[in-house]
Amino acid sequence: MIVRERFEQEMQEVQKQFVEIATSSIHALKTAFDALLEQDLEKSLKILEDDLVINRLEEEINDRVILLIAKQQPVATDLRRLMVLVKAASDMERVGDYAVNIAKETIRIGKDPLIFPTNNLQTMCNKTVEMLENIITAFTEEDTVRAKEIAELDDYVDDLYGATVTLLLRAGAENPAHIHQITHLTFICRYLERSADHATNIAEHLFYLIKGKHYELNN
Amino acid sequence: MVLKIQEEKTFVKKIQTGAKPVTEVAGNIVYDTRNLNLWYGDHHGLKDVNLGIYENEVTAIIGPSGCGKSTYLKTLNRMVELVPIVRTSGEILYRERNILDKDYTVEELRTRVGMVFQKPNPFPKSIYDNIAYGPRIHGIKNKKILDEIVEKSLRGAAIWDEVKDRLNQNAYGLSGGQQQRICIARCLAVEPDVILMDEPTSALDPISTLKVEELVQELKKDYSIVIVTHNMQQAARISDRTAFFLSGEVIEYDKTDVIFQTPADQRTEDYISGRFG
Repeated sequence: MIVRERFEQEMQEVQKQFVEIATSSIHALKTAFDALLEQDLEKSLKILEDDLVINRLEEEINDRVILLIAKQQPVATDLRRLMVLVKAASDMERVGDYAVNIAKETIRIGKDPLIFPTNNLQTMCNKTVEMLENIITAFTEEDTVRAKEIAELDDYVDDLYGATVTLLLRAGAENPAHIHQITHLTFICRYLERSADHATNIAEHLFYLIKGKHYELNN
Repeated sequence: MVLKIQEEKTFVKKIQTGAKPVTEVAGNIVYDTRNLNLWYGDHHGLKDVNLGIYENEVTAIIGPSGCGKSTYLKTLNRMVELVPIVRTSGEILYRERNILDKDYTVEELRTRVGMVFQKPNPFPKSIYDNIAYGPRIHGIKNKKILDEIVEKSLRGAAIWDEVKDRLNQNAYGLSGGQQQRICIARCLAVEPDVILMDEPTSALDPISTLKVEELVQELKKDYSIVIVTHNMQQAARISDRTAFFLSGEVIEYDKTDVIFQTPADQRTEDYISGRFG
């Protein structure tokens, strides 16, 4: 069989870049949360700086895909694979943005001691990172069964988000003097929850790639 | 809260890609090919071909060289009979009559089924006479009627404005793209029902190709068109349905949207993706 070698190679390059943006964004999210716990403002500032690299990577992926479509005119699975890579890269870039948002909230909180227990947030962060890491593996291995399982974990994060926001609101009511910090933490909670949603998005992209139909894995 | 794992069928949302199943949108069938087999001597050129060509649609036939796509096209107006060693079995129903029947005359069939070839083949005559040739053979002698037919046909082939002031000039003086549209106009002059096109743009430059492609889109309002093309993007651009032929067999036949997005057969996917095997 004659394979379009050049096309295959270029597509693999895009896939590699996708793994790169995914790894960088997940790392940024983890680091941003660590910086919150450690109240390390330097580390938080570094997240803002590093996000430029993530943004640039997404643009590079888009440019490469557009060029590949223009030059090679892929169809069917090849075309879906490229479109899905663009969309998944966009999802991971958003995760990078949430890491930046968390870093900004951390900077706003500053060195004031945290008055709210961070256990739930930590659990949310761990679960989100786990979902994102696993979805990248499932995505690269094109394993829809695994992707579906990962997407289902989003409910756990959503529930934890709901419960944590309730606790934060209560804490805000009980400690009006600390309302600013509570607000910042609530935002962080929201950013973690949104990051996990992007894992579900990527799972859905994978289904589209494999099956050529749109699926919604989480209502 | 644990979300119930939904069955695959239930979480397919409304926003589906791909076309509706063929049965939902099928119009009238112009040509119904049933179990068509064709042999060139010992070579089995077409194997159990079953294919419906729909009215007012463009049907593209794609496949690698030697797959039988041109042979199939030539069976639709019985041009294939010109090859002495050809044998066929099965049926090709055109408007519900089997054109392979002995009592079906070629003349009768070809009045209804026009053909445009890969290389433009105008007659060495004036533009006017090229178009008027068919109608004259059919006994039309009235100059006024012929004038009307010539203008209507040239307009129909989107070339009237380019040639209206030089209808008496030899058609050979036109560009390749213009010659091809003259051939299409010549085909339209006898008011056929179906137009068969055998790689009609493969000898044309990109702009002429675009004009012919645009024309095909216009023509399908009034005619049913079958087009054999090596250019897969062309098939994707202009056809409503696509049949993929391989080694004399129809591997897959579906709405063009389906063939180019989610083909059912891996061999189709490989071919349209440029992985020839």
